[in-house]
Amino acid sequence: MEEQPHFRVPLSLLLFLSLFLLPTSFSSTHDLQILNAERRIDLTSHIIKVYLTLKVENLGTSPASEVHLAFSPAEAEHLAIVKAAATSGKRKKKTYIPLDVKSAELPDGPNGTKFFTVTLLTSLNKGETATLEVLYILTHSLEPFPVEITQSESQLVYFRDSAILLSPYHVKEQTTFIKTPSTRVESFTVVDPAKRAGTELKYGPYEDQPPYSYSPVLVHFENNNPFAVVEELEREIEISHWGNVQVTERYRLVHAGARHKGAFSRVEYQTRPDATGVSSFKHLLAKLPPKVHSVYYRDEIGNVSTSNLRTDYRKSELEFQPRYPLFGGWKSTFVIGYGLPLQDFLFESPDGRRYLNFTFGCPLTQTVVDKLILKVVLPEGSKDPTAVIPFQVDQHLEIKYSYLDVIGRTVVVLEKSNVVPEHNVPFQVYYTFNPIFMLAEPLMLSIAIFLFFVASVSYLHADLSIRK
Amino acid sequence: MNQRGKISSQTPQLQLHSPAPYHSLVFSISKSHSQTRPLRFSQPPLTLSGSQTLPAAVALPRLSPSPRLASTLGFTLNPRVASPPAPFSWPSMAASDAPNGDVLIRNAFGSVLAFLILLLIGVLAFSIRLFSVIKYESVIHEFDPYFNYRVTQFLTKNGIYDFWNWFDDRTWYPLGRVIGGTVYPGLTLTAGTLYWFLHSLNIPLSVETVCVFTAPIFSAFASWATFLLTKEVKGVGAGLTAAALLAMVPSYISRSVAGSYDNEAVAIFALIFTFYLYIKTLNTGSLFYATLNSLSYFYMVCSWGGYTFIINLIPMHVLLCIVTGRYSSRLYIAYAPLVVLGTLLAALVPVVGFNAVMTSEHFASFLVFIIIHVVALVYYIKGILSPKMFKVALALVVSIGLAVCCAMVAVIIALVASSPTKGWSGRSLSLLDPTYASKYIPIIASVSEHQPPTWPSYFMDINVLAFLIPAGIIACFSPLSDASLFAVLYIVLSVYFSGVMVRLMLVLAPAACILSGIALSQAFDVFTRSIKFQLPSLSDHSHIDARDASSENIVPDDTIKTDKSEDTPKERMTKRSKKKEKEPVEKPPTKFQIKKRLSVLPFEASIIAVILLVLLVAFYVVHCVWAAAEAYSAPSIVLTSHSNDGLHVFDDFREAYAWLSHNTDVDDKVASWWDYGYQTTAMANRTVIVDNNTWNNTHIATVGTAMSSPEKAAWEIFHSLDVKYVLVVFGGLVGYPSDDINKFLWMVRIGGGVFPHIKEPDYLRDGQYRIDSMATPTMLNCLMYKLSYYRFVETDGKAFDRVRRTEIGKKYFKLTHFEEVFTTHHWMVRIYKLKPPKNRIRGKNKKSKSKTSSTTTSKRKGTRRNPF
Repeated sequence: MEEQPHFRVPLSLLLFLSLFLLPTSFSSTHDLQILNAERRIDLTSHIIKVYLTLKVENLGTSPASEVHLAFSPAEAEHLAIVKAAATSGKRKKKTYIPLDVKSAELPDGPNGTKFFTVTLLTSLNKGETATLEVLYILTHSLEPFPVEITQSESQLVYFRDSAILLSPYHVKEQTTFIKTPSTRVESFTVVDPAKRAGTELKYGPYEDQPPYSYSPVLVHFENNNPFAVVEELEREIEISHWGNVQVTERYRLVHAGARHKGAFSRVEYQTRPDATGVSSFKHLLAKLPPKVHSVYYRDEIGNVSTSNLRTDYRKSELEFQPRYPLFGGWKSTFVIGYGLPLQDFLFESPDGRRYLNFTFGCPLTQTVVDKLILKVVLPEGSKDPTAVIPFQVDQHLEIKYSYLDVIGRTVVVLEKSNVVPEHNVPFQVYYTFNPIFMLAEPLMLSIAIFLFFVASVSYLHADLSIRK
Repeated sequence: MNQRGKISSQTPQLQLHSPAPYHSLVFSISKSHSQTRPLRFSQPPLTLSGSQTLPAAVALPRLSPSPRLASTLGFTLNPRVASPPAPFSWPSMAASDAPNGDVLIRNAFGSVLAFLILLLIGVLAFSIRLFSVIKYESVIHEFDPYFNYRVTQFLTKNGIYDFWNWFDDRTWYPLGRVIGGTVYPGLTLTAGTLYWFLHSLNIPLSVETVCVFTAPIFSAFASWATFLLTKEVKGVGAGLTAAALLAMVPSYISRSVAGSYDNEAVAIFALIFTFYLYIKTLNTGSLFYATLNSLSYFYMVCSWGGYTFIINLIPMHVLLCIVTGRYSSRLYIAYAPLVVLGTLLAALVPVVGFNAVMTSEHFASFLVFIIIHVVALVYYIKGILSPKMFKVALALVVSIGLAVCCAMVAVIIALVASSPTKGWSGRSLSLLDPTYASKYIPIIASVSEHQPPTWPSYFMDINVLAFLIPAGIIACFSPLSDASLFAVLYIVLSVYFSGVMVRLMLVLAPAACILSGIALSQAFDVFTRSIKFQLPSLSDHSHIDARDASSENIVPDDTIKTDKSEDTPKERMTKRSKKKEKEPVEKPPTKFQIKKRLSVLPFEASIIAVILLVLLVAFYVVHCVWAAAEAYSAPSIVLTSHSNDGLHVFDDFREAYAWLSHNTDVDDKVASWWDYGYQTTAMANRTVIVDNNTWNNTHIATVGTAMSSPEKAAWEIFHSLDVKYVLVVFGGLVGYPSDDINKFLWMVRIGGGVFPHIKEPDYLRDGQYRIDSMATPTMLNCLMYKLSYYRFVETDGKAFDRVRRTEIGKKYFKLTHFEEVFTTHHWMVRIYKLKPPKNRIRGKNKKSKSKTSSTTTSKRKGTRRNPF
C-alpha cells in the first residue's frame, strides 16, 4: 500500500544477493501451489477493481499459514487497497471471513516486486487446499491516449497488465477476464488463447506457469467515465459538546482524464450533450450521514448555486455541480460543510473516555483522493487523544484556536494518500474530557459583560473632573 | 449641550465628561477678558446650554453697561437668562434635585428609555441591511467593493507597511498601480483593525465576513452619530427621530447593505460624526471637542474623497455666521483648530498629500481661516479701544486690509490659473458645472453614478423625507441658532450637489433625515401636547402655576413647530427657582403655554394630524423595508429571476471568474472593458489591462479601440499588450441589459477620443448604435460584435437578441484570430483566447499579402499614439 521508494533499491539488491546465497532458506514458499487462479479486472470506471480467486494447496510437509501475493512495481505504486477473505461453503451458502493482509518482504522476488502476506485462519497441512478471495484496487492506472482530445472526441485509455498472474507460486491453471466500459476496444495484446466478446476480454486459460511469470499486455479502449480525482481533501471534524459535530471538507478537484484541447463551445455542449464532451462531467454525488443539517456548498468567491440535497432516515445524498463542467485537465475547488447531531457520533467507552466514531474517506462517490487530511478537532480541554483506524495512516497532533479559545483545541491529524471509496470505514478517536470546560466560554463572556457594566457604573458615579 | 433642560437631566451619562474641559477653558477666557468689556457675551443667549449659563451668570454685572453693543451684534438679550446667578453647572443641578425621588426616577427612566431606543435603532440599522445576506448570500457586492476586499485581504496578510508600499502588478498591465498611494485607506484600515481585533480574541471570522458586515455596523454608528448631531441642533426627541429615519433611509441603504463594502459605508458615519463634533464644539467652545473634530475629519479624509464636502461646508457655515453677526469665540474654537490640525492630518494621507493645500477645493477653508482671524482681531481691537478710536482704526485697517486682500486675491488667482484644470479636479468641476463632464470627459460621464438623478430617484431614495425637509427648515428658523443654521446650510448645499451627481444623494440623505427628524419631532410635540391638555382626565390638574407670571416672552406657537430652545432657558429657570417644589419639572412650560397662548390645536385636528403623521412614517418604513429587501439587496454578481417554475439563478460571472482562476496560467493577462477589472483581479486573480480605477484614460482608450476595431487590428493591439484572454459580457441570450454591447458606445467614444481613427459616426445608423440588419459594416465587423455574437445563431436559429429585441445583422461568421475557450451557462460571460501568431513564411503569395497588410497596420500604428 504505502510506497517506499527510498527502500526499494537497496532492498531489492539485498534480495537479489540473497537469491544466490541462500537458495533454499525460505523453501516453504515453494511448498504452496495455486491450483486455480481466476482474475476479474473491472475497468468500467477510473478506479480499477481486481477480484482474484485463488485456490491454494500445500504441497510441503510443514503446515503453511501464510499466502503471499505479488505485485509488479507499476501496480504497487498505484495500489490503493488490498483485501482478502477466506470463503467456505458451497455456492449458495458461501460465507466470507475477512483475513489479515500485511505488507511483506520476500527475499527471492524479482526487482521491485512488492509482496503482501495473507494470514490464513487455520494453517494448511500437507495436501489441504483453501480458497481465497482477494480484492485489490488500482488508481491512476489508465493512461489516456491520445493525451489531448477535443470537445467532440471521446476518451481512449491504455491499460497495462500481465496476462499471467504474477505470483511467487507455481500456478497450475489461470484465467483473466477484463471488463471494459463499452464495446469499443481499439486494440489489445493477444497472448494465446485470448478472445474478446462484447465488453469482456478473456486471457487464458493458461496452465502450469512457473513462479514470477509475466506476460505484459496492453488494452486500448474507450472509457468516458468521469475521471474525478480529488488532489487534496481536507476534512475537518469539529466536536462541540453542546450538541453538534461540524464537518468542513475542502476539495481540490481535477479531471484527470485526457486533457481538453482547443476551443470549448458552449453551443455544442448545450445542443448536443451526448455527442460532445462525453468524457467531461458536471454532476457529483456526495453520500453524507443521515440527519445532516445546515449543509453548505461554496468556494472562495461565494456560494455555488447548483446543489440538491435529499435526506431520509438512512442516508443523505448531496448532488451538486461544480461551477462549470469539468473537461480533461480542468480544475475546481470548493468547500462542503454540514452539521451533525452529536449523539449519533460521540459515545462514552466503558473506561469513561469518550470516543468519536466517524467514517474515514471521502464522501464523494467514484472518486480517488490523492491526499486525504483528516482533522478531528477535539473540544478545548480534552486530553490524551488516540485514534483507532483499521489501516495505516500518518498521525500527528496540532493546536487550533477557534472561537474565544484560550488554551486551544487539540487536533488529531490523520493523513493518507491514495484513498478510494473502499476506505470509507469507521474509525475512532478516544479522548478524555471534563464537562466543566464546556462552561469556560459562557463564563468568560458573562464575566466580561459584568466587568463592562461595573466599569460603566463606576465611571458614571465617579467625578473625574479636575476642578472641584 | 442640549436645549431641553428636562432631557439633559435625564441623560447625565452623556454629558458628565463635558464640564471639566469646558469650565477650565471658559474660565481662562473670562480671566483674560476680565478688564475689558465682555465681548464674549455677544453670543446668543437662547442657545445657551446648561454649562454655558455659568459664565453668563458670573459675568452678568458687566453686561449691563453695553446693551447697545449686544444689540448691534444682532442679539436681543433675554433678561430672564441672567437673572438668577446659577452657582453650579447643570449635572450638579440634577444632583441637587436628589430629594425629589419622583423626578429622579422619571429622569432615570427617560435616559434608560432613550438609551434603549438608540440601541434598538442600532439593531434596526444593522438588521435592515441583512436582507442581502438572507435573500442571497454573504458575499461582496458589485465592483468597487471587490477591490476594497482585495486590498483588505492584502492588508491582513502582509501587514500595514507592505500595504503602504504595495505596488500592484496585477492591474493596469504593463503600468501597474501604486495602491498604497492612490487609495483612500480608511475603509481598509477599519476592516483590517476589526479583523485583527477579532483574531486577537480568537474569533476566526474570515476577511470576507468582516468586510461584508463592516457596512451594516457602521450604519448603526452613523445613526448614533445622527442622534448626537440632531440632539445638538434640536434636542433629544428630534435626535431619536432623525436617528431612526437615518437607520433606514434607502439612499444610505443602497451603499451600505451587507456586502456593499465601499468607502461610503464608513464615510457617511465619519461625515456625520465630524459635523456632530463641529456643532458640539460650537455649542460648548471646548478645545477637547475641537481636537476630536480634527481627528474625526482625519478619519473622513482617510475614508472618502467626499471629505471636500466637509472642508467646504464648514467654512461656508463659519462665513455665514460671521456675516450674520454670529461671531463668537466658540466659533473661532470650532473652526481654527479644524483647519490647522485637519489640514496637517489630511496631508498625512498619501492619496491627498499636498493636495490638501494645493487644490482649489481646499482654498475656501483657508480664505475663511483668514477672514475669521481678521474678524477676531477686529473684535479684540474693538474691545480695547474706545468707540471713537475704533472708528479711526477701522478706517485705517480697512484701507490696508483692502490692499492686502487685493494682493492675496491676485496671488491666488495666479496660482489657480497656473494649474492646468484651474486647480479643480474633473469630478469637482462637474459638481460646479453639471454639464462639464459630459462635454469634456467621457470617462467620467460614462460612470452611471455620475449622472444627474431623476425625480423618481429622489422619491426612491429619500421618500417622504423630501416633503418633510421644508418643515424641518422652518423649524430650524424658529429660533435660529448656530447649530440650526448649520443644518439649514447643510441641506441646501447637499440638495444642490445631489442634483448634480446621483452618487451625492448619499450626502443628502443624512441632512434630509436630520431635518425631517426635527420636523417630525416638533410636530409630534405640538400635537401630543394639544391632545394631552384637552383630555378631560388630565385637564383637572392642569392648573396655572404662579410661576407663569415670570415667563412673559414665550414665543407664540401658531405654526406646527414649537421652538424648543426657547423653552430651554425658561425651563431651567423655573426649575432652578422652584426646585424645592415637588412638581414634575417638565410640566410647567407646557402648562403655561396652554394657558397663555392658546397655541394648542383643536383636539380632533390634533388626533387626526397625529394619525396622519403616523401613517406617513409607516409609509416611509414600508418603503424603506421594501427598498432594502427588493431594490438594493441584489449583489449584482449573481442575478435571479422568478419564473413559473420557481427561482432561477444566473451565476455566470462567478462561473467565468472561477474558470479563469483555475484553468488559466497564473500570469495570463485578461482584457475586458474596465467595469470588470476589479472583479477579475479579485475573483479570478488574473492580471487585467484596465480596471474600475479609471486613472489612465489612454489605456482605457486602447482597450476601447481594440474592442471597436476589426478582428486583426484588435488582435494586434491585444498582442502588443501581452493579452492572452479577452472577456466580454453578453446579455443577448437571457436579456441581461447591462452588457458590453450596451456599453459599447463608451468604448467607441473613449477610444475615439484618444485614437482619431475610431470615428463614432462609423458605428451609428440614424444616430443610433444598431446591431440588426441596419447596422453599419464597421459595427458588424468590430471585435465586440463578433465576440458577443459568435455562433449565437446556433442557439435558436434566428439569433434573436433579447436585450435589443431584434435579430442581429450578421449571423454567420468565423473568427480567425480568436478562439472561444469558455462561455458560461447562460452565455453571459464569454472568454476568448488569442490564437498564436501564424508562421511567417507560407509561400510567396501569402507572404506578399501579409507584407501589405503589415505595412497598413504599421501605418495605422504610426497615427495611433499607442504607448506600447
